[in-house]
Amino acid sequence: MSLATLSYRIYPLGDAAITIEFGTAINAAINKEVVARFQQLLQNPFKGMIEIIPAYSTLTICYDIVKVRKEYPAGTSALENVKKIVEEKLQQTIPPVETVERLIKIPVCYEEEFALDIDELSAAKNISKEEIINIHTAKKYKVYMLGFLPGFAYMGEVDEQIKMPRKTQPTPTAAGSVGIAGVQTGIYPLASQGGWQIIGRTPLKLFNAGREEPALLRAGDTVQFYSISKEDFTKQESDSLF
Amino acid sequence: MNVRIIKAGILDTLQDLGRYGWQHLGINPGGAMDKWSAQVANILVGNNRKDAVIELHFPAAELFFEEPALIAITGANFSAHINAEEIPHGQPVLINKYSILQFYGLKKGARAYLAVYGGFDIPKWLNSYSTQLKAKAGGYSGRALQKEDEIPIQSIPSSLAELLGKTEFLILPWKAEATMETTKQETILLLEGEEWNRLTDDSKQKIMTYSFIVTPQSDRMGYRLKGESLTTTNNEELISSAVSFGTIQLLPDGQLIVLMADHQTTGGYPRIAHVISAHQSRLAQVKAGEKIQFSFTNHQKAEELLLQQQQHLQQLQNACTFRLQEYTNGNRH
Repeated sequence: MSLATLSYRIYPLGDAAITIEFGTAINAAINKEVVARFQQLLQNPFKGMIEIIPAYSTLTICYDIVKVRKEYPAGTSALENVKKIVEEKLQQTIPPVETVERLIKIPVCYEEEFALDIDELSAAKNISKEEIINIHTAKKYKVYMLGFLPGFAYMGEVDEQIKMPRKTQPTPTAAGSVGIAGVQTGIYPLASQGGWQIIGRTPLKLFNAGREEPALLRAGDTVQFYSISKEDFTKQESDSLF
Repeated sequence: MNVRIIKAGILDTLQDLGRYGWQHLGINPGGAMDKWSAQVANILVGNNRKDAVIELHFPAAELFFEEPALIAITGANFSAHINAEEIPHGQPVLINKYSILQFYGLKKGARAYLAVYGGFDIPKWLNSYSTQLKAKAGGYSGRALQKEDEIPIQSIPSSLAELLGKTEFLILPWKAEATMETTKQETILLLEGEEWNRLTDDSKQKIMTYSFIVTPQSDRMGYRLKGESLTTTNNEELISSAVSFGTIQLLPDGQLIVLMADHQTTGGYPRIAHVISAHQSRLAQVKAGEKIQFSFTNHQKAEELLLQQQQHLQQLQNACTFRLQEYTNGNRH
């Protein structure tokens, strides 16, 4: 199956990158186009292309101004040339790709010790903690993008019943913390200051610098959480290789 | 041989020109804040521009060299001393074995770069020497340098060591010009960001008219600026997308933040403007408490300025390589 190209807009991000915007919403169809175009450009890079950063509804392409000017001497700027090259690529229909959609199951311990903000969520949404856990684990989430921290996956969308805005002040957040921010859910791969509402913690290592592919999750993956006890958490944490 | 840290500085890390190709996993490029100076330091000692250098902040580390070495210090001037005698900034210096390198005081700038002949011999992580402090990877054990750390370096050619004889150090007679800038030092050139037009006309005027102070809440991740409070006509929330070195975001309190080398890969605050690539190194030498003045330019000019810098670096590299070869071949006149 090939994707129909969505309408898009290109704008510069400073003098060494351009962003292609396929939409302005968190939407699975838009993100699918982003991920497909990410793969297309990754497999067919142009001379001077440095890297590509997919996000919810945008794809940002970083380029080397000096190399682009050298490789494509016509035109007045590297920006113009990169825009032209990218627009040509966007005109191409992407050949059907055999994508293996990965489903990754992630254990989460929702017990009080780790679920620092579950009481607030429970009170704000007027539902029990058990219901929160049931709702959070019932759905399969799409990994829309990675960003913020090494290996931090932005996933969505959570059920309306457990949707909650970020905290007003970021607080120290432990590695493995599972949180909610609006309709997004995510896992802190490393200890960091964080503003998401923390409802549990996974014993899995989401990021490991020693691996060839250091991040456990990639944009386009599907994730499902399942609830584990404190005992299982401790056990899995000690023998988690990833 | 090794270089040993005999006293730690506040934040001294191994860096190169950045780690590219991993931002899709949330791993930012990092690298030297002032990439111009990092390259010049390497060029002065005959290295590849991408070799590892130490980025030093003041107060900086003290280093002990157990064997003769060829070093160069660029970027900020921290008054470098070898065995208690001042050595020049931006010039290669041959130092003898058992030398102690210390930095006496902050004369100018925010971060200095130390290059040694052959580069610091540390393993790469994801194809870069740069230190990723959050992931605790890259650089020297993924962290800032500490007392007793030993960083391996190459021995210098015997012809250079012989030149030294018993002298403590020898200043080699080539140097980098302190500056190649044509515009006023404190002016930082910008390109409009995607959300520039969200600013009220009054706020747009303020950015172009008033100067901004770099606050103490500024670091390798970003410079928080203090200036006239800015307002927008549209407060619609943005969904996260990529940001870059030099992106200037408007924070909810009406103040600006300029993203620097260790910036997050993505963000959701309005992108008001971007510091042009050619002025990022200059900005990296502005320290807390100092003022900056912005001015706008266009893409063509931004690219031209970067091309000029690259040409300048290339000429410097050709000249330095030639001079160093004369010395290592022992046929200087």
